[in-house]
Amino acid sequence: MKVCRRSFLSLIIGGAAGTTLSPLPLKMMDDSSIWTQMWPWTPVPEDGEVSHVDSICTLCPGGCGITVRKVATTIGDRAIKIEGMKGHPVNDGGICVLGLSGLQLLYGPTRVKTPLKRAGARGEGRWEKISWDEAIAEVVKKLGELRGKGKSHTVACISGTDSGTTAHLLGRFLTVYGSPNFIRIPSIQDSYELTMHLMQGVQASAGFDVENSDFVLSFGSGLIEGWGSPVRMIKANSMWKERGKVVQIESRLSNTAAKADKWVAINPGTEAALALSIAHVIIQKSLYSADFVNNYSSGFEEFKQIVLNEFSPDDVSEITGVSASTIESLAKSFAGASKPLAVCGRGQGETPGSLNEFIAVHALNALVGNINKKGGVCAVPDPDYIKWPEVEMDRTAANGMHKGRIDGAGSKKYPDTRYLLDRLPDAINSGEKYPIEALFVAGANPVYTIPDTKAVKEAFNRVAFVVSFSSYMDETAENADLILPNHVFLERYEDVPTPVGLQKPIIGLSKPVVKPQFNTKHLGDVILLMAKSFGGRIADAFPWDSYEACLKKTLGNKWDGLVNNGFWADSNFRPAAWEGAFNTPSGKFEFVNKGRAESIKIEGDEQAYPLILMPYDSMRLASGFIGDPPFAIKTVEDTVLKGNDIFVEVNPRSARGFREGDHAILSTPKGSVKVRVHHFDGIMPGLVALPRGLGHTAYDEYLAGKGINFNELIGPVEDPVSGLNVAWGIRAKLTRA
Amino acid sequence: MKEQHKHTKAKKYGMVIDLDKCTGCGACMAACMAENNVPFKKDESNKLDSITWMRVYKLTNGKKFPEADICYLPRPCMHCEGDHGHAPCVSVCPATATDYSHETGIVSQIYTRCFGCRYCMAACPYHARYFNWWDPVWPDGMEKYLSPNVSPRMRGVVEKCSFCFHRHQLAMNKAYTESRRELKEDEYQTSCTQACPAGAIIFGDLNNPDHAVTKIAKPDHKHGGRPINPNAFRLLERLGTNPKVYYLSSRRWVRRAGDNYIRDERGQGNH
Repeated sequence: MKVCRRSFLSLIIGGAAGTTLSPLPLKMMDDSSIWTQMWPWTPVPEDGEVSHVDSICTLCPGGCGITVRKVATTIGDRAIKIEGMKGHPVNDGGICVLGLSGLQLLYGPTRVKTPLKRAGARGEGRWEKISWDEAIAEVVKKLGELRGKGKSHTVACISGTDSGTTAHLLGRFLTVYGSPNFIRIPSIQDSYELTMHLMQGVQASAGFDVENSDFVLSFGSGLIEGWGSPVRMIKANSMWKERGKVVQIESRLSNTAAKADKWVAINPGTEAALALSIAHVIIQKSLYSADFVNNYSSGFEEFKQIVLNEFSPDDVSEITGVSASTIESLAKSFAGASKPLAVCGRGQGETPGSLNEFIAVHALNALVGNINKKGGVCAVPDPDYIKWPEVEMDRTAANGMHKGRIDGAGSKKYPDTRYLLDRLPDAINSGEKYPIEALFVAGANPVYTIPDTKAVKEAFNRVAFVVSFSSYMDETAENADLILPNHVFLERYEDVPTPVGLQKPIIGLSKPVVKPQFNTKHLGDVILLMAKSFGGRIADAFPWDSYEACLKKTLGNKWDGLVNNGFWADSNFRPAAWEGAFNTPSGKFEFVNKGRAESIKIEGDEQAYPLILMPYDSMRLASGFIGDPPFAIKTVEDTVLKGNDIFVEVNPRSARGFREGDHAILSTPKGSVKVRVHHFDGIMPGLVALPRGLGHTAYDEYLAGKGINFNELIGPVEDPVSGLNVAWGIRAKLTRA
Repeated sequence: MKEQHKHTKAKKYGMVIDLDKCTGCGACMAACMAENNVPFKKDESNKLDSITWMRVYKLTNGKKFPEADICYLPRPCMHCEGDHGHAPCVSVCPATATDYSHETGIVSQIYTRCFGCRYCMAACPYHARYFNWWDPVWPDGMEKYLSPNVSPRMRGVVEKCSFCFHRHQLAMNKAYTESRRELKEDEYQTSCTQACPAGAIIFGDLNNPDHAVTKIAKPDHKHGGRPINPNAFRLLERLGTNPKVYYLSSRRWVRRAGDNYIRDERGQGNH
């Protein structure tokens, strides 16, 4: 057959038309999609024998008991689910978003898998893998040099906690090495400890018997948003629904305010005045506990004069925006309740509050006599089980310890404050005292969590040698010279003393649920190894072979019970009776009257910045040293985060033409960022609110780059009495993007 | 199928969620994801393709400051019974990939049968169903936490809340080995119920008068399961989907938000 032009074209065109019109391409596409569905990238999780391990979650200071489900497989034990531990005194089976996502931290891509030494410039992200021997030798060499030059005091350590054996080992190492600069991460714990110290003369943390209280007056505390031990507080909130009342005093309709029986919207920063005005009504109408006030308190007359003269409901109503009749009714219902409780510390309590405010609120508790009582506030001593022999310092160490702290805590200006981390960046940058040559960071992420991120980064750049003990590649680890990764909480032993806010001393034991997944080492063991390399008095202070041996010995006869039950509770503990509860000079509860009039002024000029920016906290956003794992970030609403854009809450009345979802520039004296606007009728006009816990630059692609870190927009404001950073907001403006 | 298994009494597993207690903390969502191998992607802020078998919605009363109010509403699959098991999604599924079990009252989802037509998603008035637009990918190493009790889903299928049905299977296995045919109330609980720190979620058999869910919601089985408790309501009650998830709220505006009303209309949420 001859192929002519016509037949050739017919073939081509006919073929093309036939192929197009036939179901073949569609069929092939369908087949290939079904075929690729069967490809083995959808995992088939291996099954095996199931077992459970009880432990303690240490992702926040809440100290919840957890039960971890494991399955034994050919690749070893796999932890497959974290659940709340039934019967635990803190959380009894309940658990929060972060705790539930713990396995994503254990197995996640953010883990630091081996000791790392910086290879490029600071923060560049180029690392060299080194062995543990090399890593420890490197630290010891640097510390030895400094000590040799008599500069041991130029070493500082930032720690997430100061309780428990690991933190004690760290503190002990610093002391015997010769540095006074052990610094705990700030929180309302500082403010409450100081309040307890000044008013009750005790070194104790404040415990709140929330389960037994029937009237809770909260000055802005995010009772169900992570304040105290989060799961315990949410449980208590459910109890209050049945037999109790909650009044939330706050300028924004938080979840706590929405769930409270009454929400009192107050001008921000005027909480102390409101508390004193409530005291005014209680005293004027003689609603206070005469027994407590007359027999167990001192300074009441002076206190009475001040509040009666200066804090009448009419005057205070003008300052706070709360009507005089509301103040009167609050006072009456508070004093009239059988077990009233007043608490403060904004949001999750990550920023300390002004001492003025804490003292005013605690005075309310004293007026109704609920100190160390059922349903009230208790002074809870540390469970006193760490009884190691006193360290013996050599002369170098003693000299170093005499130099005085870099942050000014315990100095003449701030004699009663123990730690002032928020002053550290300025102390380093100004260089007025002495430089910091080496910085250790453990269980903390200061580059992210300390206000004024720019200043913090500058301070880090001035420190020649930064060592991070982080298990995760967080912002601080990224800016370190050396990372000595700790095991994560599911891989290590750790004692967890009394969770924050609990009214009785307990100890929890974190246990290894699975074997260490990577080449990490327990921080306790690293300290012991460092001390041994030093020899001399330093090594003598650490007579244990391993951290586990140290922990077992320290816990003594409590160990077996802790291993079996997961926690130890002091069943004999009773809060001290009023006769012997107060170690003040008068032996009585002190109505402290100093610094009363001073209120905290926030940064920024009202003309240039007509709005006030405040942070808000959420259970779904971890804002501490742990970043949100993928499950947690998935629960965040699309009116908070959309793509990488963060939303600020604005009242439609003060939105000035910004419509819902509009892009805007949010500026404060500290910086400007791009945001989007979300209209929220629950926020007081004139305020803008930004969620905490976003804006990470480190961690993985599931978290990094999403939103803005609130700390970039705010700087510290010092409390005149305590020196703590008590900035509750900052002046701000919104402009067109 | 309907009348089989005469040796056990038919169950009607359901849920009561107390919106007065719910704090919107999101633990139920995370507990569900962790229990059921729910995948995640880099960006989960597009809630239309973000797979959340349990999703907490935020309701507002629409009033101005300071009368504004908010309430959270967790939404699992409602496991609608419809009329004799004709749940909206079950009726439309051409593959019988989703079915109503008269034994347990649970609406199942069989991933290997589903071919992804998404009729069920269109039919579901609660947006409780999600489509896998992509294959699930866990970062290197994270596959270790996957539970062997729930199979990870592949691209191209629909998934939804199963009331943690694998927990029912495990509990039944255990009961059978102990020569029992009936489960105790606490033997079968969903992951979200167990995790909820507020104790706001209660789960159990609505046919069993001793179970807390029945005592609280007081379903009237003669009238399509409508709750007798005046504070209880179901979502979109008047569609007649006969859902097995009941909500409690002491606030009228929240109860009214559970259904669509035309202005000034009196309705279920009015009392």
